[in-house]
Amino acid sequence: MKTHVLFNLFATFLLADGLNIEVSVFDFSLQLQISHRFVFLILNFTRNVAPLLINTQLFTRFLSRISQDSAGQFFSSGHTNNWAVLVCTSRFWFNYRHVANTLSVYRSVKRLGIPDSHIVLMLADDMACNHRNPKPATVFSHKNMELNVYGDDVEVDYRGYEVTVENFLRVLTGRLPPSTPRSKRLLSDDRSNILIYLTGHGGNGFLKFQDSEEISNVELADAFEQMWQKRRYNELLFIIDTCQGASMYERFYSPNLMALASSQVGEDSLSHQPDLAIGVHLMDRYTFYLLEFLEDIHPASKANMNDLFKVCPKSQCVSTPGHRTDLFLRDPGSVLITDFFGSVRKVEITTEAIDLTDPIKEVEERYMHSYVDQLPVSEIIHQKPKQKDWHPPDGFILGLWTLILLVFFQTYGVKHLRHIF
Amino acid sequence: MAAHRCCFPVWLFILCSFSLFIIAGSQETTVAPEQHASVLDNPQTAAETAEQTAGESGGVEERRWEGTEVRDAAAQKQAEPAVLQPTPQPKDDFQEELVVRPLHSGDIYASFQFRTLWETDFMRGNKVSHYRLFPKSLGQVISKFSVRELHISFTQGYWRTMQWGQPYLPSPPGAELWVWFQDSVTDVDATWKELTNVLSGIFCASLNFIDSTNTVQPSASFKPLGIGNVTDHRFLRYATLPREIVCTENLTPWKKLLPCGSKAGLAVLLKSEKLFHSSFHSQAVHIRPVCQDWQCKTTSWELRQTLNVVFDLHNSGQGKREWSLFKMFSRTLTEACPLASSSKIYIDITDNPEGEQFELSPATSLLSQAMVLGDRRTFSVYDLTQQDTFGSVRSLNLLIRWKSTEGDMLRPLLHAERYVAGYGLQTGEIHTLMYNHHPYRSFPVLLLDSVPWYLRLYIHTLTVTSKGKDNKPSYIHYQPSKDRVRPHLLEMLVQLPPNSVTEVTVQFERALLKWTEYTPDPNHGFYVGSSVISSLVPSTVAMDTNSTRERPLFSSFFPCKEESSYFVRVYTEPLLVNLPTPDFSMPYNVICLTCTVVAVGYGSLYNLLTRSFQIEEPSPGLAKRIANVIRKMRGVPPL
Repeated sequence: MKTHVLFNLFATFLLADGLNIEVSVFDFSLQLQISHRFVFLILNFTRNVAPLLINTQLFTRFLSRISQDSAGQFFSSGHTNNWAVLVCTSRFWFNYRHVANTLSVYRSVKRLGIPDSHIVLMLADDMACNHRNPKPATVFSHKNMELNVYGDDVEVDYRGYEVTVENFLRVLTGRLPPSTPRSKRLLSDDRSNILIYLTGHGGNGFLKFQDSEEISNVELADAFEQMWQKRRYNELLFIIDTCQGASMYERFYSPNLMALASSQVGEDSLSHQPDLAIGVHLMDRYTFYLLEFLEDIHPASKANMNDLFKVCPKSQCVSTPGHRTDLFLRDPGSVLITDFFGSVRKVEITTEAIDLTDPIKEVEERYMHSYVDQLPVSEIIHQKPKQKDWHPPDGFILGLWTLILLVFFQTYGVKHLRHIF
Repeated sequence: MAAHRCCFPVWLFILCSFSLFIIAGSQETTVAPEQHASVLDNPQTAAETAEQTAGESGGVEERRWEGTEVRDAAAQKQAEPAVLQPTPQPKDDFQEELVVRPLHSGDIYASFQFRTLWETDFMRGNKVSHYRLFPKSLGQVISKFSVRELHISFTQGYWRTMQWGQPYLPSPPGAELWVWFQDSVTDVDATWKELTNVLSGIFCASLNFIDSTNTVQPSASFKPLGIGNVTDHRFLRYATLPREIVCTENLTPWKKLLPCGSKAGLAVLLKSEKLFHSSFHSQAVHIRPVCQDWQCKTTSWELRQTLNVVFDLHNSGQGKREWSLFKMFSRTLTEACPLASSSKIYIDITDNPEGEQFELSPATSLLSQAMVLGDRRTFSVYDLTQQDTFGSVRSLNLLIRWKSTEGDMLRPLLHAERYVAGYGLQTGEIHTLMYNHHPYRSFPVLLLDSVPWYLRLYIHTLTVTSKGKDNKPSYIHYQPSKDRVRPHLLEMLVQLPPNSVTEVTVQFERALLKWTEYTPDPNHGFYVGSSVISSLVPSTVAMDTNSTRERPLFSSFFPCKEESSYFVRVYTEPLLVNLPTPDFSMPYNVICLTCTVVAVGYGSLYNLLTRSFQIEEPSPGLAKRIANVIRKMRGVPPL
């Protein structure tokens, strides 16, 4: 039986105990020209193809996994990729701390392994290169310029005026114009764990964007429901650092959502770390302690969500941080911090040989090229004026002719036409 | 008759000797600019220098000359046939270069240029899939959107021409993008829109704000810089975003386009904390097709990444007139990029032939001359591919220490400025001033102004005056704006008289925006992009018109067609204009709403109570009335 097998093995490396790397295969796809049935596929596959590859260690491991049906145990959380949407909604220099909040979360998720291509970072104003910043290209989160959260290789995807409610909702729901570049899209699927972090000025049931528009908690809940219906996430962690932040997650109704907020309804979230050199507060209290907590997390750490809920008690925050887990199906104690802040890595193994010899063919051109005159004065002066295009007569002309004809017929009547023709 | 015969040879003799004298004189004048070069402690003739580079005479002399620039035309012609031989050339080639120009104000100007040349063809539907040095992201953009030429720049700060002279590569504040498409593109506007979206993703910039309201098609400016004969401006798009901020997030993707990234070579100096702590910062990407060889039968794609920065004496130099690589970039150099075929640092020492202005250490024996911006400049060259450049400490930290604060910069011949005059929020006037500092030559300039639609230009008030007299432009192209659709485009070709100021004024009216069209911070004002002034400025030395000759990168950007003048582009300041802005604050809106409710409710009730109503006779239509007039004149009873 002649089979053409196109083979993709997705292996995932999970870091366990820091050093031991365990490989597991969770997904494979076969495209056979003849057969359609999956069971039949497996049979064909093991009979015809497997002996060819059986000597590779990976493959034996793969088969054993299949036979034991235990591949799932490495994916107890059920996700295969991680995404983060980090939004600062405040403009103007005195809101420096909101940019620093967002950037500190950005720094943490990037440190824990989410690549820039999987982070959608939205900053409503440019603090780093603001003219009021005494040290350009830096944003500090700690006093005395201790920790620069801006870094040297930041990639901001939406910035300035682009940070609007519309753009934010479009990113979440994926309803973007077709020419939007990949870096500005949330290309998640039903196996994605998404971290959404928002910070800015808010009130009971809304969050202000750029001081000119706001998003309500109902709109946000509907957007998440739309994401769920479009299978755009597996699990979603929502964190908001704003005044009365708990009001923003009250209306959520979609499954697999976990939400955290910096303050309860009726409470203000407070700022932290005033800096005399920069002249503003550097961070908000909640995110400050969140950053301190995240700095201790490493890709293999076993800290779970219950630890995250304990971040910033009222003695430190002044406000009372809240969380909501009733929509979340798993026990928060079994959910690792790195399920949302870290990233699983995907390795794709191909069995095809790739030809690296240069396929570019020589194209012979036999005409002379030349550079163009940069300021061809005589050519410009003697340009021919463009021929006027004919366009249909506009309303005025048509109206005038109608009036003339009307007046003519009203005056002479139809019977006088024979005098003319 | 005899007298005539005898006179003729005499006349001939006098004529001949006279013409000889003239030729000698003219030679003297052409040589004159080289004289300051010959003041150097080891003066050498051009022929000698050519010889030296041809056959590596070793370090006998104290100072060596880089041969390529001073080699005369005859030597060049002899060298040309060698190119014809089928030598196995690399498909792609990468060069890097840093030019440092100490400025008289004590500031320092550093210009990085990275050039990737690739002999390939993105067009005609052949798929290029194997990339080596050329960045794949840009290669795909070129082939997908059928781009013939692409120029994009991000600039923070304004280039002060009168203090700093002309930059090697001009750019306006904010973002600027201009693209020439292939003539195979059918829907240029749609392609342009998609391209800007893609570029905004590549460069982390808000280029997606480029739409039809800030895009123009210049009819005479922005001719293609690469090779090609098509200059139909339907395939050209030009847009600026004067408000665009430039920061680390733009530098990061820019650095990733380099073959060595920021890991090796000159790019290790590009630390954002230092680069953005400066008076002027500009980074750009230029893609164009260029000639492969002297015959120009084959083309290759050139990707030129440039970064210009001016460090301020008082800000980053702490007020001391002393600069070093470490002080500027907080790094020193240890190696060239291993992928680069050439990696050089040039220091402009034209004003400092004897070391009286500043001291340069470590000293280099390698010198080079280049014709740049209409002047012959002398440079000290440090070749990073040579190991001995780094000395015994294995690292290069160039130090420039000023000795005197005197000295005057050569004034740039062309310079321009612009401002808004007038008061109030209804009307205003844009003034553009163009200075010609040349003592006796006039030259043409092409002014391009793209003004957003919300400033309604009164084009009948356009005046161009120089020296108090009306200066009639020899070419005017004006495209009026359409509200919310397209901006004004004004292009004028003006001859600037010698030693004069030419003033262009035009009045405008400020439009009222719809309330959703205001930015979140409308009281900041609205930006109007820089005017672009393209010009052919007479040069003091004969320019090099051979486009394929090996030259330093900074002097080979604008192709040069004639020897007597050089092309230069000058940008004016962007304008910040206040528009009539409603008060967006909450109390104001509450007052407005209440007043409206009161006015509508109370007003209609008052109307009902106080008015009396009557039935009005219907009046005959317009046609009937005119017909009745004519009928009355004819004596026929009216209808």
